[in-house]
Amino acid sequence: METRLTLNILALLARFLSGASARWIDSQPDTCQRIYFANHTSHMDSIVIWSALPREVRMLARPVGAKDYWTAGPIRRYLSYHVFNAILIDRAEIKVHRSPVDIMIREIGHTHSLIVFPEGGRNTTGEMGEFKSGLYYLCKRRPDLELIPVHIDNMNRILPRGEVLPVPLLTCVSFGPPIWLEQGEPKFDFLQRAREAVRRLKEM
Amino acid sequence: MWEPRTIGLIGGVLVLLGAATAVVHVLSRRDDTGLDTALIETFRLRVRAWWVLCTVLAAAFLLGQMVTMIMFGLISFWALREFITLTPTRPGDHRTLFWVFFLLTPLQFVLVGMGNYGLFSIVIPVYGFLFVPARIAMAGDYKRFLERTAKIQAGLLICVYCLSHAPALLTLNLPTDGWGPRARLLFFFILMVQLSDALQYAWAQIPSKHVIVPSINPNKTWEGLLGGTASVTLLGSMLWWATPFHGANWWMAGVMSTVIALMGFAGSITLSAIKRDRGVKDYGTLVEGHGGVLDRIDSTCFAAPVFFHLTRLWLGA
Repeated sequence: METRLTLNILALLARFLSGASARWIDSQPDTCQRIYFANHTSHMDSIVIWSALPREVRMLARPVGAKDYWTAGPIRRYLSYHVFNAILIDRAEIKVHRSPVDIMIREIGHTHSLIVFPEGGRNTTGEMGEFKSGLYYLCKRRPDLELIPVHIDNMNRILPRGEVLPVPLLTCVSFGPPIWLEQGEPKFDFLQRAREAVRRLKEM
Repeated sequence: MWEPRTIGLIGGVLVLLGAATAVVHVLSRRDDTGLDTALIETFRLRVRAWWVLCTVLAAAFLLGQMVTMIMFGLISFWALREFITLTPTRPGDHRTLFWVFFLLTPLQFVLVGMGNYGLFSIVIPVYGFLFVPARIAMAGDYKRFLERTAKIQAGLLICVYCLSHAPALLTLNLPTDGWGPRARLLFFFILMVQLSDALQYAWAQIPSKHVIVPSINPNKTWEGLLGGTASVTLLGSMLWWATPFHGANWWMAGVMSTVIALMGFAGSITLSAIKRDRGVKDYGTLVEGHGGVLDRIDSTCFAAPVFFHLTRLWLGA
């Protein structure tokens, strides 16, 4: 990992570039183990959330990303290995006993938090897609983790899918109140509830 | 640069800011003033932001014309960010916006920096304004075409074109040569805009039923506008010695201040109307207590071109 100073400068730079303002709605930043789950609209999403977190929290948060994307090119490799300390999932080699959920659980141990995008891919229309079931299995294994819904506004205008050049609009990252997987809650209900928790942040 | 006039102007501003800070200090200590605490808090944050503004301006002036240009360019860029963020655009506008941000905006300030009046006064309102609809049309999305074009054009005009006339003051050929008089001219302009904002706000605190446009801004009263304009005119006349107008007629500085106050009012009411339409209170969150950058510079944007052209006309530059 790079020095704290480099990381702080990078976070400041990312904040300036994305113009992100962070809002905590009925929620407080905390260093306890959490899963931040957000809508996914652009490649910059992990960077934006990472930089919007307060320093102490940021040091513990690890974004989850696709290995093929985040290891392509020296800049992405540098960012994912040395800056975000990202957990990279090899999409080509998903095996039963080495599932992404296993990797995530093992990697975070009892200190780190996760930044995940349960829609899987980036949505194109601005409407959120259905959540994949990974979030549910993650919670089933670690029901003690707090789930913090995160909504990123405007990123789909800054760098829409298929565009290379960004337009420097201002983003707003909203963190909502934590939710947990209820005992015996069916998968479908839980995923709907989680998705709704992110969606309602848009209107607040 | 360190002429008695410059020192006098800087000293005056420091005294004014010092006094404001002292007032804030006293007011926040005492709780028997009967004033609204929210009002005092707003005032405190404003005073703090004025210190920031003055420090940045002073630093830019000390470092010269290039740095001042770049600073104003960055302010324009940020204001345009806030403007376009609030304005709904469609995916079809993406590439147009890219050129607007990364070509037209910097180009305008490069041309202003080169002092090329013939070019910088037409590049955006003629070629820029033709480019925007053409590039949107190329993207193939014709939904609400004119509306989208107009939004981007309005943003460019207010945030970039108009504001660039403030640093353009530095490139005018004044009767007295040198950096000092030019820097003082720009400083006088910014100072008058800020004072006119503050004084119009202060005069509007008088309980009144004469709200100018209740549907857009319930805080703007006729008392505020007239009282503010009159006091700014008076203050501006008293500062005539600091401006290049001192060689010409003594009343010029006063008239310029009146124009600044009226245009400042026009600017803030226009930007308020846009905010009203979008259902927001402020444009952004960069400077605490001051809303966004655009909330701070709305009056400057409208006053700058008029101030620039009148100065150019009268001082025969």
